Amino acid sequence: MAEFDIPELKEYPIVPHIKPGAMEHSKPFVAKPEFQEPLGYPGELVDNWQQVAIEKLGELKGKYRSLQVFLDACVKCGACTDKCHYYLGTADPKNMPVARQDLLRKVYRRYYTFAGKYFPKLVGAVDLTREVLDDWYAYYHQCSQCRRCSVYCPYGIDTAEISMAAREIMDSIGLGQKYCNEIIGKVFKIGNNLGLPEPALADTLEGLEEEVYEDTGVKVRYPLDEEGAEILLVTPSADFFAEPHVDGLIGYGKVFHEAGVSWTLSSYASEAANFGMFIGSYENMRRVALRIREAAIKLGVKRIVFGECGHAWRVAYSFLNTLAGPFDFLDPNYPVPQHICEFTYDLIQQGRLKFDKSENDHMVLTFHDSCNVARASRMGNFPGGQFVIPREIIKATCNHFYDMDDWGIKEATFCCGGGGGLLTDDLMEIRIKGALPRMEALKDVVENYGVTHMAAICAICKSQFTKVLPYYGFTMDQIVSVHQLVSNAIILTRGKDEPGDEADTAEAA
Amino acid sequence: MALEVNGKVIETDEEGYLANINDWTPEVAEAMAKADGVDLTENHWEVINFLREYYDEYQIAPAVRVLTKAIGKKLGKEKGNSKYLYELFPYGPAKQACKYAGLPKPTGCV
Repeated sequence: MAEFDIPELKEYPIVPHIKPGAMEHSKPFVAKPEFQEPLGYPGELVDNWQQVAIEKLGELKGKYRSLQVFLDACVKCGACTDKCHYYLGTADPKNMPVARQDLLRKVYRRYYTFAGKYFPKLVGAVDLTREVLDDWYAYYHQCSQCRRCSVYCPYGIDTAEISMAAREIMDSIGLGQKYCNEIIGKVFKIGNNLGLPEPALADTLEGLEEEVYEDTGVKVRYPLDEEGAEILLVTPSADFFAEPHVDGLIGYGKVFHEAGVSWTLSSYASEAANFGMFIGSYENMRRVALRIREAAIKLGVKRIVFGECGHAWRVAYSFLNTLAGPFDFLDPNYPVPQHICEFTYDLIQQGRLKFDKSENDHMVLTFHDSCNVARASRMGNFPGGQFVIPREIIKATCNHFYDMDDWGIKEATFCCGGGGGLLTDDLMEIRIKGALPRMEALKDVVENYGVTHMAAICAICKSQFTKVLPYYGFTMDQIVSVHQLVSNAIILTRGKDEPGDEADTAEAA
Repeated sequence: MALEVNGKVIETDEEGYLANINDWTPEVAEAMAKADGVDLTENHWEVINFLREYYDEYQIAPAVRVLTKAIGKKLGKEKGNSKYLYELFPYGPAKQACKYAGLPKPTGCV
């Protein structure tokens, strides 16, 4: 299966003894010029890269005050050292959050602090050499920007922001990551991460309508580019393409059907994901986000709802208004934007959805909090809504639900191991090893409560678990979408001409 | 990276996907499968041929539900599911089968 050892699952995460350099070799493919240039970056490493990188660092710390504070504030207390899933899974000390930050901090000190300029050795300041750059490329692509470490940092230092800045610096000198940058280019060119053009999307959605009709006898619609619809649904393109994602998408459609609202997808903004955030690029993040605004205006919708995608919800909830606002053309009676879980939860609260929970009786569920939802956004109108709402949806649709241990859920949730732009085959080793703490938490509920399935609300988490679960003795289909559970249990209202309709039966009799 | 088929060198990307889709021939698929230790059976070819037809029309690999439905129609309902496809292509139908079919690798959160 793999050319490296799969970590052994313990009862709970054990802090490993350090193994220096254990993951030094882990480097994603470098983006070729054709993937760099459409994003506004040099095609290849520029000749004067040291100078450009140092200037870029200066620019970023001026633009983002938080970055400067994070680079200055660390007191090396060590609280973060055992909080990163990549450290726990690899034992490489450079995967301790403080050490990851220091890769950039030591260069910052050398060029931007008095002590570092004149007494570099005293303050651990170093020149930006090729060796340092190689470390940046390796270890800033072993951070999924999950922000778990920042929860435990007494100063609130956010390693994600440092890793985003480092990636932006590397992009600006021509050293980009193939996976993220190729994908962002596809969004600009085609409208989504997959490169799924409009005719293929239309064909796929038509197929889903047929499938749902065959399964249920109810004509649930999955509309595309319908002007005048009330809601624009923006969802990760993986929802069209992969399992178990597509079962979630089927669920959203059923919920809209029962809510009796008109909705549409957009072929122009057929992607919720925004990898511009992963590479720390405000400009690229904005370009991706603006597509949603343009689609909403063109289609004349009144509301925007986001599907199950973790980092998309961070961008949507925390940044969309400043990136692509103002959204004064939308209905102010609803949150702008709204999460599909909020939408479904509201209907459940109002008693407008009916479920047959026994449809999910073949499963015992647990819930994986996705990091960007848990630690970088919120849902609903009360603190902790992002933890409560998805769980309440699961409980409303399933008879058997058990939470994992406190150390691995809610704000303490462990990343799936594939977030932040690492969900690529060339990073499989770090992905598998980084999944260790989540797998340990899962094993615990499997053994103690007979949990059979884990539900999630993020396309990356779902794909990552599909891939890594088998390495730890589970099966790939043990990961499900939250709206897949909704889809299984929801009782659909039949129209007059739909088979099984009571009126029809009565007439026949 | 490159692949040698019948004495001809064919360019591939870092992960072994064809750099130029027009370089594909059935022998290319055979050579790629052989390198992975896979013997291509008639069942594999059903999938590969469908992928190529679909790509020809839509410039993208089919979504998993489109693929399972099509295979179910051709080979019988019991084969119209992703479990069957994973048996044929253990590394994932989307990726492994696309590679043998000469298509680009699907990107994104998949």
